[in-house]
Amino acid sequence: MIAAERAVQRPRGARLLVVDADGRITDAKRSRWLDFLQRGDLVIANDAATLPASLFGTHVRTGQSIEVRLAAWRGVFDVLSRTAEFDALVFGDGDHRTRTEDRPPPPALVPGDTLLLGTLVANVEQVLGHPRLVHLRFDASLARFWRGIAVSGTPIQYAHLRDPLALWDTWTPIAASPVAFEPPSAGFIVDWQALATMRVRGIDFATLTHAAGLSSTGDEGLDRRLPFDEPYRIPPSTAQSIARAQRRCARIIAVGTTVVRALEHAVRKDGVVRGRSALATQRIGARTRLQIVDGIVTGTHEPRSSHYELLRAFASDDVLQRASDALERQHFRTHEFGDSMLLFTDREIRLRGVFPAFPGLRGARRTRAPATMHSPRPQPHMSSRVRMAPAAARRAPPPGCRGSR
Amino acid sequence: MDIRTNEAPNALHGLRVAVTGGTSGLGRALVREFREREASVAFIARDHVRVARVMREEPGTLGISGDVADKHAIHPIALQLLAWHGGLDVLVNNASSLGPAPLALLADTECEDFERALATNVLGPFRLTRALLGALAASAREGRGSVVLNVSSDAAVTAYTRWGAYGASKAALHQMSRIWDEECRDLRIRFLSIDPGDMDTPLHAAAVPDADRALLRSPGSAAREVVDAIVAALPARMPAASVEVRE
Repeated sequence: MIAAERAVQRPRGARLLVVDADGRITDAKRSRWLDFLQRGDLVIANDAATLPASLFGTHVRTGQSIEVRLAAWRGVFDVLSRTAEFDALVFGDGDHRTRTEDRPPPPALVPGDTLLLGTLVANVEQVLGHPRLVHLRFDASLARFWRGIAVSGTPIQYAHLRDPLALWDTWTPIAASPVAFEPPSAGFIVDWQALATMRVRGIDFATLTHAAGLSSTGDEGLDRRLPFDEPYRIPPSTAQSIARAQRRCARIIAVGTTVVRALEHAVRKDGVVRGRSALATQRIGARTRLQIVDGIVTGTHEPRSSHYELLRAFASDDVLQRASDALERQHFRTHEFGDSMLLFTDREIRLRGVFPAFPGLRGARRTRAPATMHSPRPQPHMSSRVRMAPAAARRAPPPGCRGSR
Repeated sequence: MDIRTNEAPNALHGLRVAVTGGTSGLGRALVREFREREASVAFIARDHVRVARVMREEPGTLGISGDVADKHAIHPIALQLLAWHGGLDVLVNNASSLGPAPLALLADTECEDFERALATNVLGPFRLTRALLGALAASAREGRGSVVLNVSSDAAVTAYTRWGAYGASKAALHQMSRIWDEECRDLRIRFLSIDPGDMDTPLHAAAVPDADRALLRSPGSAAREVVDAIVAALPARMPAASVEVRE
């Protein structure tokens, strides 16, 4: 894949790779993404706004230049609204033009160290098992902290982008709550015209707020710890939209990996998602049984990244490999401002979710022709000879949904 | 939250409000009026000394220093007020520029003065509204209601001589408000464009230095009407329909 090097949220030529529930792959213009959804679907997006989470300054004890990247909140939203404390990555001298992997380490950090970061002063409270990862407390009232970060911070920058990112480049159109450390970039696709189109087509829309964390630290050991714990908030109105979708056996489509993480963390054993604020601590991967989400709109991710691992909950390695091959072969663009994928939960994986002992249709599916072009508006999964309820209906289905199993 | 059924008939307890141009004239009066009705108020103004003074005079409010005419200031402003409030229910685009002061015939108006009027009175409200639209829409989805009030003027519809830059910019703001209102109807965000009348404000004094102040309206009186109009545009609040759990 090719790195998208310009910070354009919705470039005209953006493309979409659609992987349907049977593993069939379609290449389309991204602007047509809603053509692949159907009346009654519920689309849920993350309305987190991105913080100017990169702060340059000085490590006072040594006088050395550093960059701090705020990386994680501690606690849930009602707590974080009262504190200016973060887990943070610290880099030595240099900036984003050097690949993160090649950035020099910071001076040796110890609890009690003071960092001058623009107009802000922060103290190292803890070193978190790695010389780059610390817990910081800012020495300021909340109002002063936010003023300081607004004035002194910039969005975390990327070496693959041609020009520096401004804050407005990183806020999705629906950005509402400044809690994300990197942009929930899948949400760039959701503009106001898309919301109007959804209304006309009878597609429901809701949001949650999830504090998207760092996508990469530049250190293999730290990257293995990603994603860090991330607070999220599901508004009661969104919980109600989910319940309505479950009652009508509708599909729930997550815009971005953060939405999947929040929803699958929030769901109770009885399949109900409540309006709540909580801390998502789980990792989603091949062994995860999705209970709420039936499809995901996401960027194009490299194998072995934490985002790619999450996609393994939706589709088999075989299907994901074919999707990756298609992305490579067709020169899709990757990273935050790159092209997108729309991935529906694999029918076989869904079956395994409903009937854990079910041997699966693995053999049948693998004989199907790979990676072919189809018209948009693929038939929904209900058209299969094995009629399946969507994930939204599996855990707490009304009688009508049960019958469909 | 039922903002209209608290103990005091007009109590706006919990309503999250932002007012631009909040340190003088109508904006200053709006900050007081909202605060007295128990709303949570953030205000924006250019002069950080005056911002600090108003914060002292109106305890519990958040003052943000910034110029809405500067595009680079918009997101830092939005960031601070969204972080402070945890969202936004009401935005009042009140900050205004007269253009040339003293007023001048259009033919004598410097382009830079015209640009300043457009930047403050049209582009600033557009940019700030756009940056905050996600939060306003989220508020509407959650049933809290959502209102943007743009402060207009009779100069937006009447061709007063020497008010060219101001009048043209306010006409653009007025029309923009109407279009926003049409486009955001389905999002349940209301846009209001209100002419508060001739008030005894620094802006009016700059425009008409020899005006008889006794004939001018007090900003406090206008602020009460403006806040009443906003309250009327907010939906009747329903009791919380489900419990939000924090863990």
